[in-house]
Amino acid sequence: MSLDKDQVQQIATLARLKLGDDEYAESVEKLSKIVDFVDHLSEADTTDVVPMAHPLDVAQRLRPDVVTEPNERDHYQENASFVTDGLYLVPKVIE
Amino acid sequence: MMDLHTKTLTELAAGLDSGEFSSVELTQAMLDRIAAHDEALNAMVTVTGENALAAAGKADADRAAGNIGALNGLPIIHKDIFCTRGVRTTCGSKMLDNFISPYDATIVERMANAGAVVLGKSNMDEFAMGSSNETSYFGPVRNPWDLERSPGGSSGGSAAAVAARFAPAATATDTGGSIRQPAALTGTLGIKPTYGRVSRYGMIAFASSLDQAGVITRSAEDAARLLGVMAGFDERDSTCIDEPVPNYVAELGDSIEGLKIGIVRQHFDEGLDADCGARVKDAIAAIESLGATAVEVDMPNIDYSVPTYYVVAPAECSSNLSRFDGVRFGHRAENAEDLFDLYCRSRGEGFGDEVKRRIMTGTYVLSAGYYDAYYLKAQQVRHLIADDFKKAFEEVDVIAGPTAPSPAFKLGDKVDDPITMYLNDIYTIGANLGGFPAVSVPCGFVNDLPVGLHLVGHHFDESALLRCAHAYQQATDWHRACPEDFA
Repeated sequence: MSLDKDQVQQIATLARLKLGDDEYAESVEKLSKIVDFVDHLSEADTTDVVPMAHPLDVAQRLRPDVVTEPNERDHYQENASFVTDGLYLVPKVIE
Repeated sequence: MMDLHTKTLTELAAGLDSGEFSSVELTQAMLDRIAAHDEALNAMVTVTGENALAAAGKADADRAAGNIGALNGLPIIHKDIFCTRGVRTTCGSKMLDNFISPYDATIVERMANAGAVVLGKSNMDEFAMGSSNETSYFGPVRNPWDLERSPGGSSGGSAAAVAARFAPAATATDTGGSIRQPAALTGTLGIKPTYGRVSRYGMIAFASSLDQAGVITRSAEDAARLLGVMAGFDERDSTCIDEPVPNYVAELGDSIEGLKIGIVRQHFDEGLDADCGARVKDAIAAIESLGATAVEVDMPNIDYSVPTYYVVAPAECSSNLSRFDGVRFGHRAENAEDLFDLYCRSRGEGFGDEVKRRIMTGTYVLSAGYYDAYYLKAQQVRHLIADDFKKAFEEVDVIAGPTAPSPAFKLGDKVDDPITMYLNDIYTIGANLGGFPAVSVPCGFVNDLPVGLHLVGHHFDESALLRCAHAYQQATDWHRACPEDFA
């Protein structure tokens, strides 16, 4: 196995994913397979090759910095589980 | 009125034009088909019957008033990855099970403005991550040609719905083959346009340097018609390219005399089912007999496509899917201890196994100490692969080969081994890595299961693909074959 349980636990924490105890064994096995598979890339000779930044080799378009969107906060917040006075509620952060 | 479902979009448009039937009658007929047959297929996540009949009524009134849009009264289905205002948009995930989109995707808006009638939203692999539709929270879609088999993925619902004649067309998206592979496995035509050709505003993001919206139909003519409405600049998508949209329908009839077709040797290696390979070779010979010439092209780096993709796509997905935090929208875990616990549990509960696997793969290849070896390396190899294509397009107009390595496989057969599943997209991924347009065209059967011919074109040359597919469809009738149970 190219990855162990501690590594997978660390990755899950970075990714903000809580895995069940029963999910770890399978994750270690399958993620190891994927990592072994993509390791084939190391065989490619990429000396002096520039990493690809955009499929069409164009620069990202910019727009003028002006307000274009109307305020639809109430409408958008209909999808939130907990909202009060236009604010999203989360568990207490500061004691 | 009985056989409306057997007609293509173009034929239905003619019927509406001549007054043979109304959009309300047509829409009701298609809704009745979905009601009768979708229990067997599970192709639909949401059917929007009331909205559809209202839109059809409006289309008929618009027509009577002389206001006839390019898609007036024609029924379509949207993949459930496109946001539809006021309608549930799930992306095949528990995470968005209850999400009612507050806005329309640009293509949803454009097609509605052209008069299209939306019958509902189609099932898909969760967040478009999968090649069999088995990762959907709403259960797998079944292939109309054999209900024990997968229709492919991730746009399996759209492909199955078009194959089963629920609608003449359905929208779809393609990050590594998600339009073309299901089209091949269901005997439909699927086109992935050039990166940036079609707006992705309101299309839920998976891997932003690869994703593109397209359409699944039965004929190239229908695809040309729809692409004409969908394509074009949109200032709300910063990756959408401001290039003029040709009249795809008008260009369909242009001759393919002198068209040069490139054949990639590795695409016919041992990984390909021999019978599928024979069908694809027959199709290429048929296109040659219509005036095209085939030559072999060398693509030395093409074998790295799948591993390159499985670094780049998960990396981008891990970033895109970080927006699902359980706070603003989407699934929220109950009784979280603190904010960190809320994030981790909402995401752990809301995402399925394959999505979690890809997020973790992406997190790993982007993490400190591994970034250079994986992500940077993959972006370099990606450059080599894109250059292989560009070099080939100096000599040829299109590159032809198989869409998928085998016909439709049985549900459950590949689900336990991610690598076996990933290799389903071995022939389609290259086009995404380089941003090239590509199409899968039905080209025959192996053991009564459809096979697809894959054509890749140069940037913004969708016309060459559609012209080639159209010429082939004028000479053959594979695209008219209908699964027995859905005739």
